[in-house]
This record gives sequence, structure tokens and C-alpha cells, in this order.
Amino acid sequence: MAFKSKASKSMQKKDLVSPSTNLANNGASQLIACHECDLLQQKVPLPNGAAAQCVRCGAELYRHKTNSLDRTLALTLAGVILFIVANTFPFLSFQMRGNETTTTLISGVKDLYQQDMWGLAILVLLTSILVPLIQLLALLYVLVPLKLNRIPWQLARVFRYLHHLQPWSMMEVFMLGILVSVVKLAGMATIVPGVALWSFAVLIFVLAAAAAALDPHMVWDRLDYQ
Amino acid sequence: MKHTITAAQASLLNCHSCDLLCNAPTADNHLLATCPRCGATLHTRKPNSIARTWALVITAYILYIPANLLPVMTVTSVGKVQSDTIISGVIYLLLSGMWPLAMLVFFASVVVPLAKLFILSYLLFSVQRKSRWRPRDRTRLYRITEAVGRWSMVDIYVVTILVALVKLGALATIEAGSGAVFFAAVVVVTMFAAMAFDPRLIWDRLEDQP
Repeated sequence: MAFKSKASKSMQKKDLVSPSTNLANNGASQLIACHECDLLQQKVPLPNGAAAQCVRCGAELYRHKTNSLDRTLALTLAGVILFIVANTFPFLSFQMRGNETTTTLISGVKDLYQQDMWGLAILVLLTSILVPLIQLLALLYVLVPLKLNRIPWQLARVFRYLHHLQPWSMMEVFMLGILVSVVKLAGMATIVPGVALWSFAVLIFVLAAAAAALDPHMVWDRLDYQ
Repeated sequence: MKHTITAAQASLLNCHSCDLLCNAPTADNHLLATCPRCGATLHTRKPNSIARTWALVITAYILYIPANLLPVMTVTSVGKVQSDTIISGVIYLLLSGMWPLAMLVFFASVVVPLAKLFILSYLLFSVQRKSRWRPRDRTRLYRITEAVGRWSMVDIYVVTILVALVKLGALATIEAGSGAVFFAAVVVVTMFAAMAFDPRLIWDRLEDQP
């Protein structure tokens, strides 16, 4: 077996599907098509933590994740708590010549709206607050019943939308924006970080860990569609 | 790679949402084809990928002009009014000696959106000209473009945070400018453009050979 790196395994020549292979006998469930170059390949069992890559274009096809359900559920629950703290407590305080402004996460959205920048306000509201919230709630909606061995209503639809929302959750970009703003203002005023800022920072890592722990195939395999 | 076969050649396709390998829809049931497992609409390739991506890329090019010419924010400080565009913001950071920050903002707000537009234009051209040149590297280029685009939103967030923090009446106030709206539109439209492009088109040209 040629391991490309410690954690990744390239598909082998023998795993390719030749035109002569009888697809009917082989069973389509043993096959996978690369989502980036459409090459058909045979699925192989993977060791822990390994990922299968497409032989032709190098895209990641699937990854073996242990205990995906429990780990994702635990991280999502932690995420919900952090999300509540991040949105209720003071985020940043700005002190300049005796004046002080205290903001929460949503203040920026409100101020943009008051300045008639409602398009920007909606975009920021969606990408930094609403989409992460929907992601957390949808994950709970999917994972809690699965943990109790039940199939939630409309599982397929909810999980499918969750997949499409992923690129629009931009908390880590928001965090970089905070860093840039704080450095910009540091010369002229005092910036005091609040509790919410810290929980927001931790939330980013928790959400990233939840996304890494989630194995979508584990959820899809629960759906008995036949 | 002579003895390989793609899903399309085998009349199969994988569901873009749950990865289930399904039988490709035939011409007559085309509109009705949904994934039996997750219910997503099935397509062998993303529909009208080239035309849709071009439309979005060209839109983004047009929006990019006002995004850079109009101010992204206006600072009013003790009677003085100062408007900043994206570039003048970077120059201001550079002149104040914060060059690591200047580099970061320059990279996220100027290099990333432009590189993304150029790369997508190139990929579209190469697919339309049926190029066979280095498909693996072109796919990688697409993958990077898709992953890095969101970071351009940094400038929008900086404006949002500054607007929320600096509102001390006559002493200092910051307002968002219309440039920010156009810039946000560029980021959103390029993200949709990257999603509309189908990297499998790069590989389809290799299978056209006699």
C-alpha cells in the first residue's frame, strides 16, 4: 500500500473501475465517483483517521472517523452554550478620553442598519450570527434523535441544507476582522475585550472541531431509502 | 489511464449532496430525477455551468470597479472628515508602520478577490478551448479558489466593528461607505461563481479523445 502521507491513502490502480467491469454484479454501493473529476473508483476500507484520495485529481473522497456521532454531538452542545454567551455578554469596550462604548456581537449589525446600510447589515448578520446558529441547531436536530436511534422528521432535507450552508458561516473571518480593528484602534484608544469575545474565539475552534468530527456518510447510511 | 471509466461514461452519477451513486437520468425523466436517498436534484454536471459562471464572474468584474473607487468608510474626528477606500486604508496602515496588518488587509481585500476572478476566468477559457494541459493542477487551482474566497470578507467585518465601536458623537464617528456595499457584493458574487463552476468539465475534455 502506498501511503501518500501518514493520514492519507491514495486509491490504488487496482481500485479503478475498468470499462469491462460488470457494474451490475459489482453493486453501485461499492463504488464512488470523484466529485471533482468524476472518475469511478472502488471503495476500500480505511484505517483509523485515514482519508482516501482520488488517484486522478487528488481530491479527498472520504475519511474514516471514529465515534463521529458522539464526538460531534458533544462539540455541538458545547457550541450552543458558547454561542449563547458570545451573544449576550459584552463583546468589546472602547474607551477614549473618558467616553466609553460597549458593544455586543450584534451592535455592528444594528449600527449598519441605522446608517441605511441594510444590505451589509443583513450579510453580516447572516454570516456571523444566523448561519452559525442554524448550523448548531440543525446539527442538534439531526444528531440527538440519531443518538437515541430514531430518525428525525425530514432528516434528508435538513442535512442537505446544512451542507449547503457551510460556506456562509464565516466566524473565523469575523475574528480576523476583530484583530485588524483592534490593532487599528489601539493607537488612539483603549480596547477592552469582554467575556463574549473569548467565548466567540473558543466557539470558532469548537465549530471547526465539530465539522471535522462529523462524518456525513454516517448520517446518510442511517437513511433506509429502499 | 486508458482503462479507467468515469461515472458519466458508466451512465452513473453521484449525488452532489449525499454522494450516493445513482443511475443517470435519461432525457425523458430529466426534470424529475432526484436522489432516492436525500432528495437532491440529480445532475451529471452542474447545469449551464460555463454560462452561469461567466455571468457571475463578469458581474464581479464590474462590481469590483466601484468597490475600489468609492470609500468603504468615512471617519469624522473633531470636525475633520476623512474617507478611505480599500487601497487608501492599506496605505494608511503602511504609513503608520503597521506593515504586517497592511499586508494582511492587502492580501485579503485586493489579492484574493482579483486572483479568484483571474483564476476562474482562466479555468473557463481553458475548458471552452478544450485544453488538456495539466488537468490535475487546474483542479487544484479551483480547489484553492473555492477555499480562500471567504477571507475577503475581512474588510467588511472591520468596517462593521469600527462602526459599532467608534461612535462618540462630535469626538469621533465612523460611518460605512457605499464602497463597502459593492465590495461585499464582489465577495458574495465570486463565491457563487466558484460554486457554479464544475471542475469535472476540466476532465471531460480528456475523455473526448478518439
